[in-house]
Amino acid sequence: MTATGNRSSERRRNGPRNDAYDQTDRKMTAKMSPRTTLDKLWDSHQILQRADGASLLWVDRHFVHEGSHHAFARIAEKGMAVRHPELTFGVADHYVPTSGAPATDDIARMIRTLSENTARHDIRLFGTDDPRQGIVHVVGPELGLTLPGLLIVCGDSHTATHGALGAYAFGIGATEVAHVLATQTIWQKKPKRMRLAVEGTLMDGVSAKDIALNWIARLGADGGRGHAIEYAGSAIEALSVEGRLTLCNLSIEGGARSGMVAPDQKTLDWIKGRDFAPEGADWDRAAEAFLSLAPDDGAEYDTEAVLDAAEIAPIVTWGTSPEEALPITATLPDPSRAGSEAQAKRIAASLDYMGLGAGRPLDGTPVDQIFIGSCTNGRIEDLRNAAAVLKGRLAIVPGMISPGSAQVKAQAEQEGLDRIFIEAGLDWVGSGCSMCVGMNGDLVAPGKRCASTTNRNFRGRQGKGARTHLMSPAMAAAAAVTGTITDVRPLLKGRA
Amino acid sequence: MDKFEKLTGIAAPMPMINIDTDMIIPKQFLKTIKRSGLGVNLFDEMRYDDNGNEKPDFVLNKPAYREAEILVAGDNFGCGSSREHAPWAIKDFGIRCVIAPSFADIFYNNCFKNGILPIALPQEVVDVLMKDAEKGANARMIVDLEAQTVTTSDGESFSFEVDSFKKRCLLEGLDDVGLTMEKVGAIQSYEAQLATQRPWV
Repeated sequence: MTATGNRSSERRRNGPRNDAYDQTDRKMTAKMSPRTTLDKLWDSHQILQRADGASLLWVDRHFVHEGSHHAFARIAEKGMAVRHPELTFGVADHYVPTSGAPATDDIARMIRTLSENTARHDIRLFGTDDPRQGIVHVVGPELGLTLPGLLIVCGDSHTATHGALGAYAFGIGATEVAHVLATQTIWQKKPKRMRLAVEGTLMDGVSAKDIALNWIARLGADGGRGHAIEYAGSAIEALSVEGRLTLCNLSIEGGARSGMVAPDQKTLDWIKGRDFAPEGADWDRAAEAFLSLAPDDGAEYDTEAVLDAAEIAPIVTWGTSPEEALPITATLPDPSRAGSEAQAKRIAASLDYMGLGAGRPLDGTPVDQIFIGSCTNGRIEDLRNAAAVLKGRLAIVPGMISPGSAQVKAQAEQEGLDRIFIEAGLDWVGSGCSMCVGMNGDLVAPGKRCASTTNRNFRGRQGKGARTHLMSPAMAAAAAVTGTITDVRPLLKGRA
Repeated sequence: MDKFEKLTGIAAPMPMINIDTDMIIPKQFLKTIKRSGLGVNLFDEMRYDDNGNEKPDFVLNKPAYREAEILVAGDNFGCGSSREHAPWAIKDFGIRCVIAPSFADIFYNNCFKNGILPIALPQEVVDVLMKDAEKGANARMIVDLEAQTVTTSDGESFSFEVDSFKKRCLLEGLDDVGLTMEKVGAIQSYEAQLATQRPWV
């Protein structure tokens, strides 16, 4: 991969013009230079710019979850109302129990507080008893609440996910959540623009998760810091919308607060007809505006990087940062061969926490359990990919499969995927953040090793002392049937 | 919001990169109703053993650093989740300034909302400050926001960059929402044209 600065890219699709996104900054009258997708979104959301360069941006959608109670308390302290409750949507996900057991008192209180706060401010809530409940980053796109050209925030770092539909979406802290509740705006300095292109064709058994972990391993967990990423290139165009959601979701693990894919016909086909998507004449006008978000010919980026899709193998994390990832065919790093003393210490510390031996092959590492789900990999396509491996096979380690939403769950059951999972011996549970973050009590025990389709392999993320290996749903399914971290590709031979 | 002007205090060295928000404050402490009281759980899993006893070799458990007000750390500090409990825990412990070669964007912003000053300095400067911090309780570092300098116990001084608006908010303890609502006219104009520009929103 190559990364260069300030180089204009080659060919760019030139979308139809539409005044919604072609409006210039009101102060600007000169002819505009070619714009990136971020530029267009920025221009159409900027209310004003302060002398120090910060812009006040309009927020089109604000998602709140159980963790938002501090922000609600803050506006209550100030006696302020929610400025646009109709643009604010509540989703219960972080603390929702998934395995049928009743919530403990403190968990029930978190969920109840969200219900009370949303009811008090007349905010629509997709709560635990709603058939559309799920993880906020699955539910938003699925319901058509997430649309191209929207600016979306949520008090959760994986808000980057929504960028897959061409929205500018990023996570914010509790104080900023309070600010958005009270003003429907947010102060931001424009991030640098990064174009991350993936060109060529992915090998069978390689997915969006592998693309994401691959670039993070190469550029680092801070490789995208200060940037808004625009994913582009033939391999991104070929990805399904679900795959793009996975890719954008992981932008934050590479340090970028947002990741986007320019809307194309695939995006429109995916959105049309969803519950909250525009209809009729509104849709026609919106669709034209959505396609106009593609970067202009000659638009310039601050940073560009290119990945060769054909070189990407299924990839697995071995350490305690998402950047500590290697192709399944690789061997674990050896601190004695590290480039510096600091690096050697880091490798040794990660291997020690993970209970792994230096220089050993990654393939064949025994696991204790698997988890498939989360805002990263809890969508229908993820479950289909796991089922393709699990069909007619038995899992030899326990595992949990948590669909990303109640609608994904219903769809999977309609397709019979649940039977494949249950017959393989895995637990088919309810929807929520579940074992990705363990807030609801779904935890990995100390010292246990989990093959997980989630987004963070941080120390203690899935439970104190838990050892997390991030990978794709197909790779997690392969770990289930072999009891080891292993290459899924041979297991897919002869299967659709 | 609490002001931050000038600080003279003990700096604790944490020469690790990618110190993430799960490390800073693990999930089991996020159910708190109050924003205060999280300091006791700061770096919980590194700081305590399975029985809840302090691990004596963790930096903030060492007698020299129990009163630390400055933290010197490695690259990409605060990566991970947007949980504002991370700066809340840091501040509740008594730390008002974190110095590192780089910070994760969301954490960096969250600090300023809570009266904490995050300072990004080049690796070679952080290396000097790290060495100074390693001297322990007798070495006091000085952080001066107005002057934008960090001074070691030996009197060696380094300038740092900070956004002018964020600086003013910290120095004066200004609140964002109040400042934004001074611009309510511009917000109303935007709201008025939204219905015609993008009716599907």
